[in-house]
Amino acid sequence: MQYHTPSSFSEAVTISNSADGLVKYLAGGTDVLVQLKIGNNSPDHLIDIKKIPGVKEIALREDGGWTIGAAVSGVQLTNHKKLSREWPGLVEGMELVGSAQIQSRATLVGNLCNGSPAADSVPGMIAAGATVSVVSSSGTTEVLVEDIPVGPGLTNLGTGEIITAVNLPKRNKHEGDAYLRFIPRTEMDIAVVGCAVNLSLENEVIRSAKVVLGAVGPKVEVATPAAECLLGENLDENILSIFSDKCSELAKPISDKRGSEEFRKEVIGVIAKRAAKKAYDRALGNK
Amino acid sequence: MAKDDITKSFKFIGTRPNRPDGFEKVTGRAKYGADISAVGMLHGAVLRSPYAHARIKSINFEKAAKLDGVKAIITRDDFPKDREGEPLKLLENTIAGEIAYYDGHAIAAVAATSVFTAKEALKEIEVEYEVLPHVIDVDEAMKPDAPIVRKNAGDFSVPEGSSPNVASYIEFGRGDITNGFDKADIVKSGLFKTEAAHQGYIEPHACMAQLDHNGQGEMWVCTQGHWYIRQMCSEVLDLEASKLCVTPSEIGGGFGGKTTIFIEPLALALSKKSGGRPVKIVMSRSEVLRATGPTASASMDVKIGMTKDGYLTAGCVEFRMQGGAFGGSPVSEALQCAFASYNMEAVHHIGFDVLANRPRAAAYRAPGSPMAAFAVESLIDEMCTDLDLDPIDVRLMNAVAEGSKSSYGPKFKKIGLIETLEATKEHPNYSIELGANQGRGVAAGYWMNHGGETSVSVSLAEDGSVNVSVGTPDIGGSRASIALMTAETYGIPYDSVRVNILETGALGFNEPTHGSRATLASGKAVYEAANQTIAEMCRRVAKKWQIDPDAVYWENGYAKPAGPNAGDFTPISIKQIASEMDQTGGPIAGHHESSIRGVGHSFGVHIADVEVDPETGRVTVLRYLVAQDAGRAVHPSYVEGQFQGGAVQGIGWALNEEYVYGEDGCLQNAAFLDYRIPVASDLPNIDTIIVEVPNPDHPFGVRGVGETGIAPPLPALANAVAAATKVRLRSLPMSPTKVLKALKTGNDGC
Ligand SMILES: Cc1cc2nc3c(=O)[nH]c(=O)nc-3n(C[C@H](O)[C@H](O)[C@H](O)COP(=O)(O)OP(=O)(O)OC[C@H]3O[C@@H](n4cnc5c(N)ncnc54)[C@H](O)[C@@H]3O)c2cc1C
Repeated sequence: MQYHTPSSFSEAVTISNSADGLVKYLAGGTDVLVQLKIGNNSPDHLIDIKKIPGVKEIALREDGGWTIGAAVSGVQLTNHKKLSREWPGLVEGMELVGSAQIQSRATLVGNLCNGSPAADSVPGMIAAGATVSVVSSSGTTEVLVEDIPVGPGLTNLGTGEIITAVNLPKRNKHEGDAYLRFIPRTEMDIAVVGCAVNLSLENEVIRSAKVVLGAVGPKVEVATPAAECLLGENLDENILSIFSDKCSELAKPISDKRGSEEFRKEVIGVIAKRAAKKAYDRALGNK
Repeated sequence: MAKDDITKSFKFIGTRPNRPDGFEKVTGRAKYGADISAVGMLHGAVLRSPYAHARIKSINFEKAAKLDGVKAIITRDDFPKDREGEPLKLLENTIAGEIAYYDGHAIAAVAATSVFTAKEALKEIEVEYEVLPHVIDVDEAMKPDAPIVRKNAGDFSVPEGSSPNVASYIEFGRGDITNGFDKADIVKSGLFKTEAAHQGYIEPHACMAQLDHNGQGEMWVCTQGHWYIRQMCSEVLDLEASKLCVTPSEIGGGFGGKTTIFIEPLALALSKKSGGRPVKIVMSRSEVLRATGPTASASMDVKIGMTKDGYLTAGCVEFRMQGGAFGGSPVSEALQCAFASYNMEAVHHIGFDVLANRPRAAAYRAPGSPMAAFAVESLIDEMCTDLDLDPIDVRLMNAVAEGSKSSYGPKFKKIGLIETLEATKEHPNYSIELGANQGRGVAAGYWMNHGGETSVSVSLAEDGSVNVSVGTPDIGGSRASIALMTAETYGIPYDSVRVNILETGALGFNEPTHGSRATLASGKAVYEAANQTIAEMCRRVAKKWQIDPDAVYWENGYAKPAGPNAGDFTPISIKQIASEMDQTGGPIAGHHESSIRGVGHSFGVHIADVEVDPETGRVTVLRYLVAQDAGRAVHPSYVEGQFQGGAVQGIGWALNEEYVYGEDGCLQNAAFLDYRIPVASDLPNIDTIIVEVPNPDHPFGVRGVGETGIAPPLPALANAVAAATKVRLRSLPMSPTKVLKALKTGNDGC
């Protein structure tokens, strides 16, 4: 295995394009190093992106949105007061990843590119309408986060395509988001189901909604029909129950050692309902 | 006996000094199994079966042997062919012969100049398998047409017509069962099941071994008992025991799982084959879960009769326990514990030790008792609920006491179950009001404890400080407890005692730190050995004073004249006696060897408060109380630590720990990510009450305290969940999936 420390993304792209064998990028390394140790998917080339200037920065853009560098750690996100206030749901998704030790290394981009359907920060990013900047030999493009994952462990990124940052849109008043997951323990577990909800209100009525389900299909899925039940409503018990059933219906989970299909279908509805309530309360409070 | 009645006047016993090994452990300086290295050392790695049951048709390691840095490769061919009985089972479990019996069973091992090379070499070993049908579940294995795990595995006790997977059968009881049930107002029965649980020690198995062609060798190993390692390795490899010197490292937990061998004979055999170079093997966590431990899984029928006032009239149990491919489930201990807490005229016990294609069960904290407690204490709770009786009162009415004849035979001496029940009842936790979806569960538990073969020595250093040499590795603070008992015996400061754990060549045979015995047995032996040195010191002082040795007595670190008749002498300190040893007859040392008897049985009572999320089935433990009889808490903090540790392991077993097997019989959750031991944030503070009813057979009243605490949590939590939800789960673990299903359908999980 060869270890590379490029000092720019274009250098990283060049290395990646000329490498043969399996290429992996080292952001926080909390997935890659574990895989190396187990001997699964051991890369032939490991390209460390942390030496590239700017990758650990969180920047407020002119349009009022945020750009989060590819190597920004979970701890950096949670410690960022303004960002956490605007996007509590996205930040709490990342905060659920691992423990304090993992938090000081793990990144949003690594979580996304590892391609797990149970990745905790991904539903929140998608619900927020986030994009990633992807650099390749033909330049930089902006891609919706939801277009990156394609299946367990698989992404749409081709050889020599590297994510440089995550971009969040401007946060407006009367908007709120939330992410909740179900695990049997209280931490250090993989989501059995997870759900992110992002809402914007007008006079306490839901004007737009995005609902994203995790761990109930081969990849994180946007649940548009579930989001549609919320439009024009102000989230009473009746709507919540319809919404909950819709999420259960949309979920296409498998049975495995972490939970049965039946259990996941049932509990995704419960978690989605609770996440929607939390997002709604946050939107109400965001004046 | 000596100090038993002067209970409260101890100077050191009952205090809480820092443990002598603490500083090294928290600074990372202490040497654990994997920390030992030697010049010229090789690294070993083990090839393991990917099948639950398979015939090994051929092993070809030509390619692996050609890799640069590979120094030795061993298979079963490198081990003696003439082993029989238990040594053969040990050997079979260490390395497969013709058949791999479980996923993870060792097939071959490599020693190489680096861990990396050793692992690369494993990939180059070609094994041809013929996959055989397998069986994992104990009830499936009991069926007459089940796949046969090992031919002719049943011993003389197995009744005719049993499944070929029954390795042994046990039956005992007393009283007239029919009559007993006739006297009852209600008779209830139920089927209960528990999954296998792993000991989950934080330190994986590790050892470094060196063995010469002439059979002389050394081993450094993380173990609970190095004499056991010596004995088992010698038996497996046909070595002369005394030629193998085994030194224990510090140990990061064992809970019974480190009282047997796994990788140790492999390291020795690799060393021998590589010309005597030291070989280190360190297991990964996944190897630990696939190939070591766990305890048995169980399927249990229980039937109990009770009068409407709550008196137990009769009880029957039939326990079927699966202990892996070689037998050895703790079914007999489980039966002994089943009704041990209660006075019952008629009891009947039946047990089956059953084989399955799983790793060989190892001891786990009070082996068998938690499963038995789950079945019996759950059913008693159901009956208390049916009759609207207080669960503590019912247990008080039936509790065994001094003089009771236990359900499995022996008569109890002084025991503290009643005191423990009373303490529990008075604790504020028992009366805190509960909210919606919350419930409280009570359960009792028992462990008989163990004395066992013990050999220690005590010697005076030239400055009057004391060296104690024991053979029981310090897992839960036994150095501190033994030092406190030594300080108490001599009347010298705690800091003037150093307790060392010696290698096999330095003392007689010692059983491991198991059976809750280290503080009890080594402590008792050290007391005897220390008193020998005290007698010798008194003799030397008598000689100096030219009086009769009987006229000298020992108090608070001084030899003193025994009363005015003895003469008027200034007391002489241990320091002075020690400094003059060279002129008064040479070194002063004492030793004691015996099979320690007079273990004090220990009873515990737990109260669990839980909240169940009705929409997800998730159980949160709100409050938890452990009360247990410690006899005497030598170092109360470490007694509390044992109580809390046992409770936590029991909570894990009750809620989320389980072995998940695929259709192919392979273990699917061989990592701590999916083998869900509770993490710190899953647990409330575990409250403790140390009950002290001194053990009359121990100089300081000590009872073993390490094991009892793991038994009550299983039923206490099941009882609490039943109280919270009005649904009874009779199968562990009570994972969210199972609880939610029970809430929806009333299914008890079996
Ligand atoms: C103990 C432990 C607990 C965990 N708990 C959780 C949990 O609760 N929830 C959860 O979701 N995850 C969990 N994880 C997994 C992991 O921590 C997360 O997925 C984390 O966010 C990965 O980020 P990273 O920066 O460490 O990724 P890395 O390991 O550095 O990389 C992960 C993947 O992303 C690719 N990659 C990295 N950077 C780029 C880039 N710039 N462009 C393209 N591809 C890139 C790599 O090639 C690799 O395939 C846990 C891991 C551990 C070890």
